[in-house]
Amino acid sequence: MTKPRVAFFSFSSCEGCQLVVLTIEEQLLELVNLIDIVSFREAMSEKSEDYDIVFVEGSITTTSEIERIKKIRNTAKVIIALGACATIGGVNCLKNQFEMEKVKDIVYGEKAGDYETIPARPIEAVIKVDYWIQGCPIDKDEFIEVTKALLLGKKPRIPEYPVCVECQMRENVCLFEKGMVCMGPVTRAGCKAICPTYNDGCTGCRGLIDDPNLSSHKNLLSEHGLTVDEAISQYMLFGGNSKEKYE
Amino acid sequence: MHDFHVGIEHITRVEGHGNIIIDVKEGKIRELRMDIVESPRFFEAMALGRSYKEVAHITSRICGICAVTHTTTSIKAIEAALGFKPSTQTIKLRKLLLNAEFIQSHILHVYFLTAPDFFRVGSVFGMVKDNKKVVLRGMRIKTIANELCALVGGRHIHPITLKIGCFSKNPESKDLAAFKKKIEDLGPDIEETVKFFKSLKTPEFERETEYISLTNPDEYALYDGNIKSSDNGEILPSDYLDTVKEFMVAHSTSKHAKSNRDSYMVGALARFNNNYDQLHSKAKEVAEELGLKHPCYNSYMNNIAQVVETVHCFEDCIRLIDDLISSDLKDEKIELIAKSGHGVGATEAPRGTLYHEHKLDDNGKITYANYIIPTGQNLANIQNDLRTLVPDILDQPRDDIILNIEMLVRAYDPCISCATHLMKVKFVNE
Repeated sequence: MTKPRVAFFSFSSCEGCQLVVLTIEEQLLELVNLIDIVSFREAMSEKSEDYDIVFVEGSITTTSEIERIKKIRNTAKVIIALGACATIGGVNCLKNQFEMEKVKDIVYGEKAGDYETIPARPIEAVIKVDYWIQGCPIDKDEFIEVTKALLLGKKPRIPEYPVCVECQMRENVCLFEKGMVCMGPVTRAGCKAICPTYNDGCTGCRGLIDDPNLSSHKNLLSEHGLTVDEAISQYMLFGGNSKEKYE
Repeated sequence: MHDFHVGIEHITRVEGHGNIIIDVKEGKIRELRMDIVESPRFFEAMALGRSYKEVAHITSRICGICAVTHTTTSIKAIEAALGFKPSTQTIKLRKLLLNAEFIQSHILHVYFLTAPDFFRVGSVFGMVKDNKKVVLRGMRIKTIANELCALVGGRHIHPITLKIGCFSKNPESKDLAAFKKKIEDLGPDIEETVKFFKSLKTPEFERETEYISLTNPDEYALYDGNIKSSDNGEILPSDYLDTVKEFMVAHSTSKHAKSNRDSYMVGALARFNNNYDQLHSKAKEVAEELGLKHPCYNSYMNNIAQVVETVHCFEDCIRLIDDLISSDLKDEKIELIAKSGHGVGATEAPRGTLYHEHKLDDNGKITYANYIIPTGQNLANIQNDLRTLVPDILDQPRDDIILNIEMLVRAYDPCISCATHLMKVKFVNE
């Protein structure tokens, strides 16, 4: 059996999700026996344009990135969006609150005209995506599970329940009871409720569950002192690609 | 070779996207530049209007490798703006976390990104066949550092517990004690690491430049201190713009910087040169063993300075763990009140001095942000190094010239997605 040819590509991101992949370490060496990693610029010099499975990290933030991701789609059999920037836009979308001319002016001042940028978007705003690994950063166990499923030709299982379920399974005291705010009730699980476990509210980096009860969650936030704008601002921290869906 | 044209496109084994363009005609450099082609991400705009409480969530995402340093620096800038001083316990925990990040970042760089050059293979995967022991050793050390980051920070990339004022959750003393043992058990691996890097021949090169880092009378400065220039002495972090003079160049989405001269160096070698006396004695021994003499003007030796700092950081981790255990960790809860203010945070990141500046309005919303990243500060110096290096190596075979150029750039451990993005060498046809 020929090994599947796997590539990693990065767009606008911190490359932290690919670093998570590198931290699977000894298991990565085992994985390398099952697949051919043909392109992974952060870790290797070899590169190839011939690949089957592609992991894409990062958002699309320039017109050249639109062209590049389309070319990748034409070659790849399967594309997996890796991490919040690729799946839901991530923090990159925070700049979308301004006109792009203003964004360039803030950072580059009088040289703003030398730079090009477009509103940030997740990759599925440009191409068809086959699978999503959520989170900022991704969870390494989930990465291994999804990769295993793909290699076995199975559909990866993605949690359809909120972070609260995992949080309760860990027997954490609900942060709302501690007077804090949390995005857990509307955010897709799969992170093992890591932030609430460390006594910090969920920030929604894994995106909304399929059928979130936003009005009830907004009421809960408002009972904890947040204005409507502040509540929406919470949803927008990682999932800022479309404000309308939160209103 | 008197005519030499090279374009290294999207240089690999660095973090982010960059190109190197070199054009030599009749032995004279006609053009030499490093293009930074990373898509700019506009963090200074992203932060605007966000609450001071959440800005570190955003700035952490500047870089996956040095997220702890970005988070720490962001928090320090906010605390300076609010006039808040954290407890000794919090500062010790922050230092422990920062040490762990230095180790994982340095080990990632020296073992996985630079070592393949010495074996003339394209990646660490290429080293597995003949040098699996080396690869596994690098992984063991890095795993311990990742785990220590996770123990203190909640996870090793984008820390959770690191908050303004205090930690949202403290590590347990027994877990810290267990880690001390794990670090001590790494002794043989560290010894082998020193032997391994001693066996690799670092290219010869010398170009003295201006070295900038933090400096602190009490310790080898990583967490805080004044800004020290090897040319001009010390200034306060809040006056950072007097030292860091940023400028834009057409071929780069990352700003460049200069200070007293037309370029300067930050990072492990700059810290080594500026603060050598304060290194742990074991780190000094390793420096001597590896032929790193103070002061050192060979930029390739930045790799070796990272190995030396790794030893220093492990020793500092043990000291901090002992301190934290003996003083009984207490849960801290800080009530913060939003107010207007203006603050600067300066911290050493693995790749050099990092600055975050924030202004807050009465509601604690960010009205101004400025982030100055180590790799951006090094870009002009990398180009000056290449201008010195290239004429001297033109007699070598083409592949060797390219390897030498790439190794020099890689020695700076450039992190382009931080500074926007950095490298690849692309061939320019005549």
